[in-house]
Amino acid sequence: MGKTKESEIVIENLTKKFEDVTAVDDLSLEIEKGELFGLLGPNGAGKTTVIKVLCGLLEPTSGSVHVGGYDVRKETAKVKELIGVCPQDTAAYPFLSGRENVELFGNLHTMPKEKLRKNTEELLGKMGLSEDANRRLGKYSGGMKRRINLIMALVHDPETAFLDEPTVAMDPQSRHAVWDFIRELGKRGKTIILTTHYMEEAEELCDRVGIIDHGKLIALGSPKQLRDKFRAKDLEKVFIGLTGRKIREET
Amino acid sequence: MNFQRVFALAKKELKRLIREPAALFMIILFPAMLTVFFGLAFGGIGGNQSATYRIGVVSETSAVQNQSWTQHFIGNLTNVEILKIQPYPDNDTAQTDLVQGKISAVIIIPDDFEQSCNSYWSAPADPNQWVNTTLQVYLDSGSMFATQAIQPIVQQTLTATVYGQQTHSIATPIQISSPSLIRASITTTFDFFAPGLFAFASVFLTMIVAQSFTLDRENGLLRRISATPTTPTEFMSSQTISNMVGALVQVILVFGMAYLVGYRPKGDIASFALAFAIVLIFSLCNVGFGLITATLAKSSGAATGIAFIFIMPQMFLGTFVGAALSATAQEIGKFVPSYYVTDALTSLFLRGAPASSPTILLDLTVVSGTSVAVLLVGILLFRKYGKT
Repeated sequence: MGKTKESEIVIENLTKKFEDVTAVDDLSLEIEKGELFGLLGPNGAGKTTVIKVLCGLLEPTSGSVHVGGYDVRKETAKVKELIGVCPQDTAAYPFLSGRENVELFGNLHTMPKEKLRKNTEELLGKMGLSEDANRRLGKYSGGMKRRINLIMALVHDPETAFLDEPTVAMDPQSRHAVWDFIRELGKRGKTIILTTHYMEEAEELCDRVGIIDHGKLIALGSPKQLRDKFRAKDLEKVFIGLTGRKIREET
Repeated sequence: MNFQRVFALAKKELKRLIREPAALFMIILFPAMLTVFFGLAFGGIGGNQSATYRIGVVSETSAVQNQSWTQHFIGNLTNVEILKIQPYPDNDTAQTDLVQGKISAVIIIPDDFEQSCNSYWSAPADPNQWVNTTLQVYLDSGSMFATQAIQPIVQQTLTATVYGQQTHSIATPIQISSPSLIRASITTTFDFFAPGLFAFASVFLTMIVAQSFTLDRENGLLRRISATPTTPTEFMSSQTISNMVGALVQVILVFGMAYLVGYRPKGDIASFALAFAIVLIFSLCNVGFGLITATLAKSSGAATGIAFIFIMPQMFLGTFVGAALSATAQEIGKFVPSYYVTDALTSLFLRGAPASSPTILLDLTVVSGTSVAVLLVGILLFRKYGKT
């Protein structure tokens, strides 16, 4: 399939089942290029499954998914060149330094040496990790590991970034640093899909949000549109209005 | 295949080997320490114990016929420094002493031995005229020295008796099992251990590979790498390259340590190159076993235990440990790849066999074929069942 420019991400009737459990149920969604989109929902709602399907890590049970105009099922390699993925749990090598972890993933995206060096230094600096970059990751604090986790996803300057709960378990200072960084990415025209169960994070950062519950998309719009539509003070109240539950009740 | 990715991943794996204490110990420190301790305990530095073996000889040649070849052969055996020859009137008496451990081996000289030697010299170029016979050798299976050393020495002495010292001819009317040539010399116990140490050290790669894959799977790193453009072929190539480099460092280290404690193997440059190549090829087999282990294991802790399913048979049946086992166990050992590595290295380093000898080529073929097959099975299983 040729590359189309209408939307960066197109999900049509996506269903993903694990044996008899339906993790994603007939989800359809379009995300524009340069949009900062938040996928909200409680733990187990299906957000991470959607991200894994978008990255080509899971095969959809039915439906179609396109990223950057490429069919994720048929043109997985093309999609993987476009994207950067920050997983929910820190996935980095403890025996490598922070810088070595970042450079490894830059090399996996075949970045030219000079550009890799420049991007690595720039991102480490923005995340406040320059001084600790040569220490082994195993010696880092939890917050520092999560920042390295994010840099590893973005060092190759991807067109589309999937950030799965990037600030979970971060201290407020680190979280605000990451928010600033994500905003800057948005300003540079990158498409960002952010999953979170922090409603204030979504309100702070996202152009649009989709609220997902039990694998179904139950609301879609900008934070303001959703607040207005449900006459709610914040997105947490929107979720309560939609489901009768608090977003962090379920695990 | 993109080499930037392959080298980046291989470099990362080598850093793991150096920086992870468990990997560093198993791959580098443990083999190095083992070699030094064994060398000091059993080698030239550790007391220069030379081995001597009491050998029973039974001549079945008839007293009425000329026994010049038989006497010449027994005389040559007696001249071998490390053998003490004891004549026996019959096989039964000799076997009784062998069972009681009074002697390490029994050699039966058949009644047509004289005829066979004479037939060879009557028509050296015409095997059809030869009287073929077999020299029977019984070894004390409980003695690792007897099982490894005596037969090649007897072969070499027989060759020298019938054909002269410099003869390299393989064609002969008199058969005993090993065709390798050996120059009888003072040999330390460590000389018998050393070839098996290389295979012994390498089998632990299985555990390191299994742990590294299961840990990366647990930590989400395999999934994360799968989300990059890295192909499975690039990933597996990097693993293979890094583990082969690890094995190379290991073999150099074991050899270096062994040399430091007085080990002086026989062989020329070609022998050493071939020995290194065989150990490197064998490392592929252990990577394969590591992948199979990682496929079966649900966690890195389980991987450690399951790895021993592959390590133990190779260690006990195929390395220097196996030389002390029963004849049955040694036969079973022929089903583990490490047996052929040790056998080839023993032929090269202990017996001084040339790199082109049939025994070594057969060993190389078995090790190569098995290693490639195990590696492929490991890759296929891991890709299908082991990634999640």
